[in-house]
Amino acid sequence: MEQGPAGAAGLRLLLSDAEQQRYSELFALCCPEGGSPAPAAGGSKVGDLFRASQLPADTLCQITELCGAKRVGYFGPAQFYVALKLIAAAQSGLPVRIESIKSELPLPRFMAVKNDVEMRYGNAAEIHGVKFQIPPATLEKNSFRKPDEGDKQQETKSPPMSPMCSPPASPSNYQRIHLSYGYGKPRSGLEQPHGVPYEARHATHQQEGPAIGNYGSKSALVHSSLSQALAAEKEPHDSSNYPDDPWRITEEQQEYYINQFKSLQPDLHSFISGSVAKNFFTKSKLPIPELSHIWELSDVDCDGALTLPEFCAAFHLIVARKNGYPLPDVLPETLLPDYLAPASLKPKCDCALLDSYPESLPVSQQTRDFNRTELETVHEDPTSSEPLILFDVATSVVEPTSVVEVLDNSALTQDAISDDNQALNISTAAKTIPKDFKPCQYWSVKTVAQELNTLKARPRSRSYSSTSIEDAVKRGEEPPTPPPRPQKSHSRASSLDLNKIFQQSTQAVKSVWLPPPPALPPRPLVSQQGPHHATNTEPAAPAKSSYVEFRLQEQTKQVSEIELHPQMNRVPSQTEESSPTKKEILLTQPPSKPIRRKFRPENQMLESQELTPSLSVTSSLPAVKPHLPVQKPSSKQKKAIQTAIRKNKEANAVLARLNSELQQQLKEVHKERIALESQLEQFRPVTVL
Amino acid sequence: MAVCIAVIAKENYPLYIRSIPTENELKFHYTVHTSLDVVDEKISAMGKALVDQRELYLGLLYPTEDYKVYGYMTNSKVKFVMVVDSSNTALRDNEIRSMFRKLHNSYTDVMCNPFYNPGDCIHSRAFDNMVTSMMMQVC
Repeated sequence: MEQGPAGAAGLRLLLSDAEQQRYSELFALCCPEGGSPAPAAGGSKVGDLFRASQLPADTLCQITELCGAKRVGYFGPAQFYVALKLIAAAQSGLPVRIESIKSELPLPRFMAVKNDVEMRYGNAAEIHGVKFQIPPATLEKNSFRKPDEGDKQQETKSPPMSPMCSPPASPSNYQRIHLSYGYGKPRSGLEQPHGVPYEARHATHQQEGPAIGNYGSKSALVHSSLSQALAAEKEPHDSSNYPDDPWRITEEQQEYYINQFKSLQPDLHSFISGSVAKNFFTKSKLPIPELSHIWELSDVDCDGALTLPEFCAAFHLIVARKNGYPLPDVLPETLLPDYLAPASLKPKCDCALLDSYPESLPVSQQTRDFNRTELETVHEDPTSSEPLILFDVATSVVEPTSVVEVLDNSALTQDAISDDNQALNISTAAKTIPKDFKPCQYWSVKTVAQELNTLKARPRSRSYSSTSIEDAVKRGEEPPTPPPRPQKSHSRASSLDLNKIFQQSTQAVKSVWLPPPPALPPRPLVSQQGPHHATNTEPAAPAKSSYVEFRLQEQTKQVSEIELHPQMNRVPSQTEESSPTKKEILLTQPPSKPIRRKFRPENQMLESQELTPSLSVTSSLPAVKPHLPVQKPSSKQKKAIQTAIRKNKEANAVLARLNSELQQQLKEVHKERIALESQLEQFRPVTVL
Repeated sequence: MAVCIAVIAKENYPLYIRSIPTENELKFHYTVHTSLDVVDEKISAMGKALVDQRELYLGLLYPTEDYKVYGYMTNSKVKFVMVVDSSNTALRDNEIRSMFRKLHNSYTDVMCNPFYNPGDCIHSRAFDNMVTSMMMQVC
């Protein structure tokens, strides 16, 4: 055990061998090459290092305070070591105090890897039995992994190893996994020294890790037994095939996201504007802060709009979040637009069917066709009802029967067009993920790469927002164009036709009543011919006489005859003459309407009368000819017309009453206004003077 | 090194305020609040004619013995106020300007987020990270 240099706080720091070694490595790392005073570590590098410890910012502030760097203004070795120890304490869940570093602690962990990796592969504190501070977000993923890790680490501890050796092993676990994830690109200087001691492990896993070969082999350290344990649990590191990576979008998901993108914005190369995306993602029922964070992650160029890869990333994050995966702090590499861009645009050629449609086609038609193709592939799935229900609940994993089925479910649900159903699609897609994801995943994050990306993105965004005219124009043009989403009523081809058919039928119904108005002009003819024809055939005569009487009597309306039996004879017709009087009152109010209606009931009356007599009778009456073609209406229609007329009359009465009331109110208000104006004029002369 | 960074809305209420030494937070809040008066003074002193050409960086608002307060006002009347430690003499004016520019960029990114309603408090993690980096850079 060594005693580290006493810090400004006057504490005595006890460092183990491993700690001493590690701290000196880190300190050497943070020291600037040449330049400023040798014993001091460069502020920025220290800052980077501390941030890589994944501790919250205020904890880091406390640590810097405690270690005394603030007071002296720089990070000397003492301050640095104290700070490192404090970081280790904080990562172990102990409060940031001087006292906490007096005990033995695991080495502080610095990584650019996501929290999940370190959590997933266990934690040194776990071995020590210390409940370490798990960020609550990663707790879920922890749960299945920890028992495995715990067991394995227990096994590996059995060979004679000092407790202090195993802690370095566990940080090395994720260091190794992180490093061997498949990225041979140069890492930040921070990680290199960490990688160096653990190359032995890499060497043993050459057959699995394609990119591990970047690191030269060194003699194995004591961790060889650990390495074997790691080999057992190691996932295939084939960089092209990570079925268990939650942040990797599968083909089916990609297609699904692309289809969703199309529903919002048919042009795959264009953007979805912020407001459209906001409405869409709000349907996922995630809380707004989380959606805000997801947007931040996925909108890489920060232009307020989502391109297709950005949209896929955002959608994927939402789906993952719905499934309980915590949101990352940085966008995973597999969700970066650069990564997704070629993949997302590739299926475009597969969807040539849709792309062949001209842009002028309304979206509804496009989605209709699209849905038609989906309909063909849909099969009845009894389990489809389940995902339909579960959307709002942040449920645990539900085992989908198959990815294809679930996709068909999504297609099925997509056909049900309402917004809720669109949201339900998310749930079905969400169900696909658990199948793909297994507990053992790890991040593929490289903050260096991401920083590079963000750096690249940043100047790009500036240019987009300020200078690029064509981009602004393009964005100005295209975002407004997203056609309205297919309405609830017609996304199905059949329903659309039904709508048309229905309209046609209603028009056909109305067309029945067309003949009556043209019958108006012949009215005088009828009246003239009435008496003339009254002398005609018997059955027609009384009908005609009654018809004539109706004509002559302006106000007599034959509404009542509708109620009568279709087979009307003279007697009922004569009774009709008497009965219409009661209908007069109703019908006087809107004079024009009853005239038409008069024709209609008269039509019906006539038609009903003439149904029984031969058609020849009716043909003899030229005046009635316009009515002749319309012999179809039966009593049902008569009754329908009657009820319709009654309703209209009632409505008319109500509206008339309302009108009169409003007129009265208007008069009152006028009076008030006049009173006020007169008062005003009384006052005015006074002020004018 | 900034000890306190605040983003003040047009209506002079804080959208975001964060300070490093967490025990003296109230003091910094008060400082920022009083600095708003100085900001208004500077703006009105410029005159109406210069409103369009007004430079966003307002410079040193006022120094005290412990720290200096710098101001920056955007075209939408959103103010950024930064309190820096006086003991840190290495910080020069153009560094402060660059810090404000970074703040402004991050603020713009926050605004681009459709889920952010202008006038809400800023809860963006990216913004937090950027502010942290500014506070810690010469830690």
